[in-house]
Amino acid sequence: MSLKQRADRQGMPCQDPQVRRHNFQEVALGYTKEQAMEEAGRCLQCKKPKCREGCPVEVLIPDFIQAVADGDFAQAAVLLKEKNALPAICGRVCPQESQCEAKCIVGIKSEPVAIGRLERFVADWEMRQGATLPEQAPRKGKKVAVVGAGPAGLTCAADLAKLGYDVTIFEALHTAGGVLMYGIPEFRLPKDIVEQEIDNLRKLGVEMQFNSVVGKATNVHELLANGYEAVFLGTGAGLPNFMGIPGENLCGVFSANEFLTRTNLMKGYCFPEYQTPVKVGRKVAVLGAGNVAMDAARTALRLGAEEVHIIYRRSEKEMPARAEEIEHAHEEGVQFQLLTSPVEIIGDENGWVKAMKCVRFELGEPDASGRRSPVAIPGSEYIMDIDTVIVSIGTGPNPLATKSVPDLELNRKGNIVADEDGRTSIPGVFAGGDIVTGAATVILAMGAGKKSARAIDEYVMAKTAEKAI
Amino acid sequence: MYPIVRKEIFSPTVKLFDIKAPLVAAKAQAGQFFILRADEKGERIPLTIADFDREEGTITAIFQEMGAGTKRLGQLEVGDNILDVVGPLGVPSEIERFDGPVAIVGGGVGIAPIYPIAKALKAAGNEVFAIIGARNKELLFWEEKMASVSSKLIVCTDDGSYGRKGFVTDALKDVYEANSNLNHVWAIGPMPMMRAITNVTRPWGVKTIVSMNPLMMDGTGMCGACRVQVGNETKFACVDGPEFDGHMVDFDLAMKRLSIYKDEEKRALAALEHQHQGGGCGCH
Repeated sequence: MSLKQRADRQGMPCQDPQVRRHNFQEVALGYTKEQAMEEAGRCLQCKKPKCREGCPVEVLIPDFIQAVADGDFAQAAVLLKEKNALPAICGRVCPQESQCEAKCIVGIKSEPVAIGRLERFVADWEMRQGATLPEQAPRKGKKVAVVGAGPAGLTCAADLAKLGYDVTIFEALHTAGGVLMYGIPEFRLPKDIVEQEIDNLRKLGVEMQFNSVVGKATNVHELLANGYEAVFLGTGAGLPNFMGIPGENLCGVFSANEFLTRTNLMKGYCFPEYQTPVKVGRKVAVLGAGNVAMDAARTALRLGAEEVHIIYRRSEKEMPARAEEIEHAHEEGVQFQLLTSPVEIIGDENGWVKAMKCVRFELGEPDASGRRSPVAIPGSEYIMDIDTVIVSIGTGPNPLATKSVPDLELNRKGNIVADEDGRTSIPGVFAGGDIVTGAATVILAMGAGKKSARAIDEYVMAKTAEKAI
Repeated sequence: MYPIVRKEIFSPTVKLFDIKAPLVAAKAQAGQFFILRADEKGERIPLTIADFDREEGTITAIFQEMGAGTKRLGQLEVGDNILDVVGPLGVPSEIERFDGPVAIVGGGVGIAPIYPIAKALKAAGNEVFAIIGARNKELLFWEEKMASVSSKLIVCTDDGSYGRKGFVTDALKDVYEANSNLNHVWAIGPMPMMRAITNVTRPWGVKTIVSMNPLMMDGTGMCGACRVQVGNETKFACVDGPEFDGHMVDFDLAMKRLSIYKDEEKRALAALEHQHQGGGCGCH
């Protein structure tokens, strides 16, 4: 192998931390053409590419990277979009280090090929040229309903549209994108990029009905009775969890969902021109250490908080957030209080948060899963002065759609029971994404949407064949 | 787009819209609400469904102009479009034929959401005692409509400018004295009023339902802004409510939580004033 392949991984140009912590513009700036071609040259073009096994939507990774190395970005885009309807988004928010890049052979002796950054480069390049549409099968004249316009629903809709179905997405909010719009901040995923990718779906003929709460204004059985051959439920994990500690309903305690939705979807950082206010105090504690917690912490800094602390019960190693998000948060000045958990939020006489009582933990013996579980240290309680708490300890399944389908099998937590391909207990009803798995990543939801699209196609085709006999 | 097909001005701050929203009207039930967003930059404003007409495909909303959002809303006219309307949301009122009369109490703009509940209770065959009240005559509305869905209607104003002088709580006490077999009470209005009603009915042991109007954003359980402490549990008004057992609700906390964005609301009002004078918002 040539020296070139062992060359260092191309770094990602970023806004300076001291500058970016005061603005909402995108942090990572993207590769230049030269950087992209250089990085693509590091790929070994394995005969049996392991990286593809690590990708939930089976992107043709070596193929598109070869096209980048050849400087044929248009071809790279075609190859990329054959499997992935939302590449500009995935290139930005996928946890590549635990997926495709984790499997990269180059990564054994050196740093893995920056697959995610290349994906982003190609998608952005194509967007600037004006995206071309993937090939579409002839219209079948069959309708499918997709519930929820988040990553799972959008992917399912795109794939069904490509197969020739007439797809309608029913979305409860006033815009498409789900967590891509309300949850992930502008500085990590610019909203005009999400909108452009969603526009591509419209060009494929996907219809979108906003302000449509399935479970209230209509329900799954009504949709099936109204000419939809199948229904895909991608309603997500929309219900924020709270800790269940005293003081959690005080003024100044927000769910990460509320804090981020006010900021991102409702553009609270542009208040009062945009009329939805968002509040952040001087000293902020964010409970949890996932991607959403990092987003909340970094958003709090940008809204003007003086101090932002991530409070997490385990150690740095166990933090569920993407490595890059943790690194960016560190660089921007977010402080990490690890092996620490709150036990009580303390209010002032007006019902506002003024402090939080925490307890310190140490890592105990490994449990059945091999993970060392945190154990509280007796007598280690201490008080932290804070005025805002953002709870980011996960979300549960949104119950609105499922409540209206009493015959749909759910598990104890309220998630829909579905097989690998999204088939639920009701024929014709499919489900995927967080509503099935519990809160996970954008890309896993997209993978589920993709598999369901295939299964829906099989189901509808079989049903049509049966009718013909 | 959801056009405003009728507008009624009850007072300089209390207004009514009939909004064309056929899908919401088709499924709306007493006790439910909807959320509107007037334009691209607007807040999502939750409003209880005051009435609905399934044939016309309209829903009725009555609102009091308080903050910048509702003030802007009040400036819209018939023919103007509302950008987003989503609903019906929340759990409908549990309507049945109760064993004994029921009392419904509407205070201020709370008269609007109590109307469909009274109507449904009456239709279910209940004897309905209705009490409506406001600070003064100017803020009262729908007296005739309320009379049409109740067996008896008491109207009161705090200042005595119309009907009987005094609070709705006093009127309710009188109703109870004459009808100690009262089975249920529904009370909707400002939080201090709902709290006062629950304090009155607690010793009687009469189940008292209140409709909470906390801060809310998406209305589908996603943001948790609408948390209400009910007994030992935290409930989300948007998906678990908006109606709760009033004797279990922590009104103190609920009122404090209503004030979370008080400072920002003042800023927004000031900006609105400034805009009227031709200035920009200075945000860009």
